[in-house]
Amino acid sequence: MSATIARRSSLPGFGLTMGLTLTWLSVIVLIPLAGLFFKTFELSFDQFWVILTSRRTLSALKISFGLAFAAAIVNLVMGMIIVWALVRYRFPGRRLFDAIVDIPFALPTAVAGVALTALFAEKGWLGAPLAALGIKVAFTPIGIFVAMIFIGIPFVVRTVQPVLIDLDPEIEEAAASLGANRWHTITKVILPSMTPALLTGFALAFARAVGEYGSVIFIAGNLPNVSEIAPLLIVIRLSEFRYADATAIAVVMLMVSFLIIFTVNRLQRWAQTRVPAH
Amino acid sequence: MSIEMTLRRERYAARTKPESTGALSATSARDDVRTEPRAVRIAIIAIAVTFLSIFVVLPLVVVFAQAFSKGIGAYFAALSDPEALSAIRLTLLVAAISVGLNLVFGLIAAWAIAKFDFSGKTFLISLIDLPFSVSPVISGLVFVLLFGAQGYFGPWLASHDIRLLFAVPGIAFATLFVTFPFVARALIPLMQEQGTQEEEAAISLGASGLQTFFRVTLPNIKWGVLYGVLLCNARAMGEFGAVSVVSGHIRGETNTMPLLVEILYNEYQFVASFAIASLLAMLALITLVAKTILERHLDEGQSSHEH
Repeated sequence: MSATIARRSSLPGFGLTMGLTLTWLSVIVLIPLAGLFFKTFELSFDQFWVILTSRRTLSALKISFGLAFAAAIVNLVMGMIIVWALVRYRFPGRRLFDAIVDIPFALPTAVAGVALTALFAEKGWLGAPLAALGIKVAFTPIGIFVAMIFIGIPFVVRTVQPVLIDLDPEIEEAAASLGANRWHTITKVILPSMTPALLTGFALAFARAVGEYGSVIFIAGNLPNVSEIAPLLIVIRLSEFRYADATAIAVVMLMVSFLIIFTVNRLQRWAQTRVPAH
Repeated sequence: MSIEMTLRRERYAARTKPESTGALSATSARDDVRTEPRAVRIAIIAIAVTFLSIFVVLPLVVVFAQAFSKGIGAYFAALSDPEALSAIRLTLLVAAISVGLNLVFGLIAAWAIAKFDFSGKTFLISLIDLPFSVSPVISGLVFVLLFGAQGYFGPWLASHDIRLLFAVPGIAFATLFVTFPFVARALIPLMQEQGTQEEEAAISLGASGLQTFFRVTLPNIKWGVLYGVLLCNARAMGEFGAVSVVSGHIRGETNTMPLLVEILYNEYQFVASFAIASLLAMLALITLVAKTILERHLDEGQSSHEH
């Protein structure tokens, strides 16, 4: 390492700052995460498998992953529409709505959780009219779905927005001058060139929703096998001192999120190798 | 939030690039082929605005409506409750610890990563990013596995009478973990862009490493430092899942503001719960406004650097 740096930089302090960086990173992040993996090795494979395939664990994982996937799809479609409106059109309050997109990033999850519950509860502003239609949102899986949509939307918007902004206007003009109608230009020219960004936004929203805890548990109802998400089951197992169960579920979730980061990195590399925007 | 930071510059570019904003009233022939019929435009705007209003604006409004539903007196009574005050104090303390430590770490890590070339740099950055992709509950769990009674260091800590879990140090560790990347990730791209010329000049004129850092580097990155601190602080004060796992929920002792929101809510003390929640919501709004202002400063700093 030091051989390569000597060539480029005459600045002091590389050894010291790199040493401190690696030490602090290990203490706060790497050692704690490694501890989680080592803890699972204390289990035999059979024990691990029994925990994971128990009805309650499987239901929780299915609920978390299934609803997160569905919510990410909604975010993908709505995110694209929001980006299109914000980037391509001028309307009163555009700047304000652009800023509003960041609220789910900034609002603490517990606050989002109690707010969504109050909003969608049977007597809430939205819950009451929905209840009149016979739709119950709060304390059902639909509530989990709603909370996951809330926390995922900025991920799609903020990933896709800069790509649409940077999209070369000439490719649209070329398509139009070659006789493509507007719909064909959008579906055959614009959307394909935005695919990597859309998939990245989808993956980020999905990953966030899978691990989400605070904004979901208030509205979820938390009935085992029905509306109990995987992170909540981890908390419950911990409170029962069933550390092995908690660890096994956590390791599965962690591996999936690492897989997602890996995919996102590949997607971004793919995006870079595509036709440059300018 | 990490993507957000990298997007900052591009959004600024969009604002200043006149042709990138299509208009409701298409004027030139060029705009004509690049936009949709008026009815479609109105429909898309309506869908976007309705969706954001229902899913994002209404939840925020509900917080304040509920907090003030029994009048302003009940609101302030809830906030001056001893339990509320102790939660506010603990939240401020934990935020101060994690912002302080992450600031020092962020500056050190950004110096090592941005000012030098070495192999494995991308990998090191993705390790720093790891906490962004770990579920909050798991971020708490890892510290239970380290410091808990059945954890790796649990027996040793117990025999030396040191209590980390279900106490302030445990909460600080979990918060440090979830806020770990913020400052470093705000500074690394900024410092990489600024290069090493100014620092090298200072060194060749006889400045020491620390002098160079404090007199040359730090003034150049001050807005970036504030930006990282701002986002780190917002997350530190608002963290719920990770803190919930390590806190133990000891009333008046280990409850942060988000945890108190939960406890009061579960006890049907809605006004009190939403009163605390409204403080956190205000923090979020202030953070967003400050973030917008800082982004403007960062963009100006960058464009003046380029010219």
